[in-house]
This record gives sequence, structure tokens and C-alpha cells, in this order.
Amino acid sequence: MIEAHDLTKTYGDFVAVDHVGFSVEAGESFGLLGPNGAGKSTTMRMIGGNSLRTSGSLTVLGMDPEEQGPEVRAHLGVVPQEDSLDEELRARDNLIVYGRYFGLPLSFLRPKAAELLEFAQLSEKASEQVQALSGGMKRRLTIARGLINEPRILLLDEPTTGLDPQARHILWDRLFRLKEQGVTLVLTTHFMDEAEQLCDRLIVMDHGQIVAEGSPKELIRRFSSREVAEVRFGSERNAEVEPHLRALAERVEVLPDRVLLYADDGEAILDEIGRRGLTPLTSLVRRSSLEDVFLRLTGRSLVD
Amino acid sequence: MTSPIVSDHGLDHRALAGGVRRHGWVYFLDFRLRAERPFFWTFLLTALGNPLLYLAAMGLGLGALVQRPVDGVSYLHFVAPGLLIATLVMTAAGWGTWPIFSGFKWQKHYLAASATPMRPANMADGETAGMVVRLGLQGAIFWLIGLPFGAWPTAASLLGVAIGVLAGLAMFTPLMAYSATLQEEGLQFNFVNRLIVMPMFLFAGTFFPLESMPVFLRWIGWLSPMWHGTQLARVASFGLPVPGWLVAVHLVVLVGLTVGGLAVAHRTFARRLVR
Repeated sequence: MIEAHDLTKTYGDFVAVDHVGFSVEAGESFGLLGPNGAGKSTTMRMIGGNSLRTSGSLTVLGMDPEEQGPEVRAHLGVVPQEDSLDEELRARDNLIVYGRYFGLPLSFLRPKAAELLEFAQLSEKASEQVQALSGGMKRRLTIARGLINEPRILLLDEPTTGLDPQARHILWDRLFRLKEQGVTLVLTTHFMDEAEQLCDRLIVMDHGQIVAEGSPKELIRRFSSREVAEVRFGSERNAEVEPHLRALAERVEVLPDRVLLYADDGEAILDEIGRRGLTPLTSLVRRSSLEDVFLRLTGRSLVD
Repeated sequence: MTSPIVSDHGLDHRALAGGVRRHGWVYFLDFRLRAERPFFWTFLLTALGNPLLYLAAMGLGLGALVQRPVDGVSYLHFVAPGLLIATLVMTAAGWGTWPIFSGFKWQKHYLAASATPMRPANMADGETAGMVVRLGLQGAIFWLIGLPFGAWPTAASLLGVAIGVLAGLAMFTPLMAYSATLQEEGLQFNFVNRLIVMPMFLFAGTFFPLESMPVFLRWIGWLSPMWHGTQLARVASFGLPVPGWLVAVHLVVLVGLTVGGLAVAHRTFARRLVR
């Protein structure tokens, strides 16, 4: 569906996307992960032909988005990062106007809009102006809008940012159903649980480059351990205790508030810590997650 | 939770894209008209109120004082085509500034459409088509209101509506092209209003012939779509004697500004939307 080779985009001296290559198969759910400014959104824009690449090649459904922008975009559903709904139009009219941009006739759009409003659980809000809807409703409406042309590929740029947990779970459910129907999903996110829920395969980007690629499970196996033991000795003692812990785990990471010990068996480590009389204030064992992988690959320092 | 599966009609996406390539502007016009529908009554009130106020104040009020003929006709007959054109050009100037800027900056109409098969040029063309509809409607209302005032000596004065649409476009498309380049709101549009639109309204031959002004001020008229449009509308309405070549110049200026402005708008829209 999508093939990128050596894809590069620069703005003056700034390299937003740096020799990136990936391919997305039909029916797959593909994720682009990375901190802010990693180049995810630029990559998404290039897929739609709304950003011109500096070098490299990119084909979408066998077409070059720069040459055949309208043809490529006719097959795409786009859910942009920032809402671009028309606040003054009613929810239903937002779908219809948008559908007209695809050249779809009103006879098709009226029933389609009704169907999508129901899919997005917004039927009751069909006649409301968008400005009266909540953030979660607007996001669902944006997704419904992205489906108006029955796209073969749905591009979602941080679809659940700013939503409460209930709204996120509803959205995940909707996206999962679409995937079941064979729609190819390409999404960017910096929520690792979202990536684990939705993505078959993903790439982690940092500073415009791909730093890892694989399924969530593979990445966890490759870049983290099965479990993580989190222990707190108090912010004063964490660093002090670290040398005594180093031999216990595959990897030890000292954070200001706690120490993370990566290992296959977290409970065994806690037992050993107890035997050595180190007595942490609190402790817990959890499964290793994509978030651990992400932080390992892209660092813990704040990205603005 | 019941949730219907989204239906699939096996759309021919390529064919759809072909249609948008050919007449995407129609679809954007569709949006523009739909978006303006909630403001229809405001539009109508303005379209009715403007000619009433202008024709009453300038045509009847001021006209009662101006007893001698101007350009060979009564002051009302002289000023009415000017007021029609001025109203449409000023309306067009309004639409070419904030609404376009806002479409990029706040309302994001253009950003939304850029994720569809629409190209930036389709959007600029669609906005222009929307302007034709609005100016045509407003001009027609102006003309109708002028009838009971006795503002139009001939039926050919109705041509003034078409001329007004063209003069409005000559103002609209260059401003639209400019507004698409602005990233931040500033004083630019105040300058447009105070330094371009207002002087044009006062000094571009709407209220008195351009020739009655000192030569060093006449350039304001020559440069402005308002004067060229007004002169053409006067030719149509009461047969203002203007040589054929000058009629051609008026037309060329108006068409040139419209087409040139639109060509530049295609570029500025594209530069803004494709990064």
C-alpha cells in the first residue's frame, strides 16, 4: 500500500525526516511512534502529498503523491492532529461538505453521513453545531469525516490526544472495527498503550530517523525485559543503593524518584532485595511495556 | 452497544479524483454557500440597507443640493452607478481579507480540504465563484432598490450589476492572494481599509468626476478597480461619453486584476498548504 525509500525532508538546515524507509501492507495497522518533532507528522503529510519530499521515493497504492495528489488523496481518509472541523456548521453538514470535496453526490452523502454519525455514536448530535460538541465528540466526528469516502487507507495523526480514557476506549473500539473490515490504518501516537492496542507493526522515530521497527511484542523482547521491578528508596537513597542492585537485573535505571530493574522475573528480584536487607519504601512488579522500549530508544529528556 | 459496520460501495476513487481535478471549484463553492447559509439574513439586511441609506443620503439628500447636471445628467443618475460599484467593491474587499485569513488560521477550511482530492487552486477558484454569487445577488438587490428612487434612467443600467461583480473580483482576488500569505494577524487589514479602500471610495470618482480633482490625486482613480468599474457602469446606465479605447482599458484593467490576482492566489494558497 505504501512504500518509502530513503525518504528525506529538510526545511532549510533542519532535517525533519532523514532517510526513512518502510512499507505498509494492505489491511495492516501500522504505527509511527516518536517524541514531538521526530518527523511523524511530516511523514504523514508526505503520504498525502501535502508536503514535498526533498529526496527519496514514496509511492502510495503505486502512485507518487506529488504527481498524483488528488488520485492518492481520493483513496485516503485523513484524521489530522489538529481538528479542522467547521465549528459553525452542523455535525452532519461537516460530513456532507467534506464528502463533496471528493466529488461525491448528495444522494450518496446523505445516507452515508447518517451511517457514519451512528458509527461515531453521534446520531443525536447530527443537527448540532460543532462548537457545541465535546472534545471527544469532535474527535469522533473527525474520524467519521475521514471515512466519508470509504478510504482504503486511514491516516490518523495522534487520534486520541486530549481525550479522556472513556473517549479513548470508544475510539480504539471504532478503529479496531475498521481494521477488522480490512481498512489499512497508519497512525502516529505517543501513547504507548495505544500503539500496543492498535498496531500490528510500528516504527519508532527520533530526530527524523527510524531507531527501531517491529511488532510491539518483538520490540519489547528486543529492547526490554519481560518484567520490570520498580523500587523506591526515597529520592536521597536511590542513587546510593544502585551499586548493590546492579548485579540483580539485566539492566538497572535510576530515576530521581525510583529505580527500575529490568528482568525476566521481577518477584525474584524483590525477594533478593529483601534478603540483602535493602528494604525499599515501596515496590511493585509489572510487565514490561512499549513505553519502556520507547524511553530506552528516545531518551528521557524532555522534547519541546 | 450496537454498532453498524461501515458500508462499502466499492467507490471508484480514481474516477472521483478525475472529477475533482476537472471541477473541484464547484465543490468548494458548495461549501462556501453552505457555510454562509446561517448568515443569510445578515447578508440580506446589509444588501437591502446599504442602497437604501446610500441612495437616500447621497442621491436624494446631497442630490437636492447639487442642482446643475454632472456629466450631463442629474446627480442621482450620476451617483447611483458609482454607489453600486463602490458597494460591491467594498464588500469584496471585506471578503478578501479576514474570511480568507481566518480560513487558514482559525477555521482551517483550507487545511481540511487539503486532505481531500482538492488542490489549493480549486479552493481559490471556489472562493472566487462564491464571490460572484454573493456580489451578483447583492448587486441585483441594489439595482432593484434603486428603481423606486428613480436612480436608473435606462434598462441597460442593469449591466452595472455585472460590471460591479467584475470590479469586485478585481479587488477580491489580489486581496485573497495577499491574505493567504499572512501568518499572524496584525494591522495589515486596517491598512488595507484605511489606505486603500477608504481613499478609493472618496477619491475614485464615485461622488464627483475624477476630472474635477487635481491631477496629482487622479492616480488614485486610475489605479482603483472602483473607478474603472464606475465609469463602465455610467456608460451602461446613462451613456457617459467615453471613447471606445478607454472602455477597453477599463475592461482590461478589471479583467487583468481579476485574472492576475487569481493566478497569484493559486500560488500563495499552494505555498501555504503544501509545505
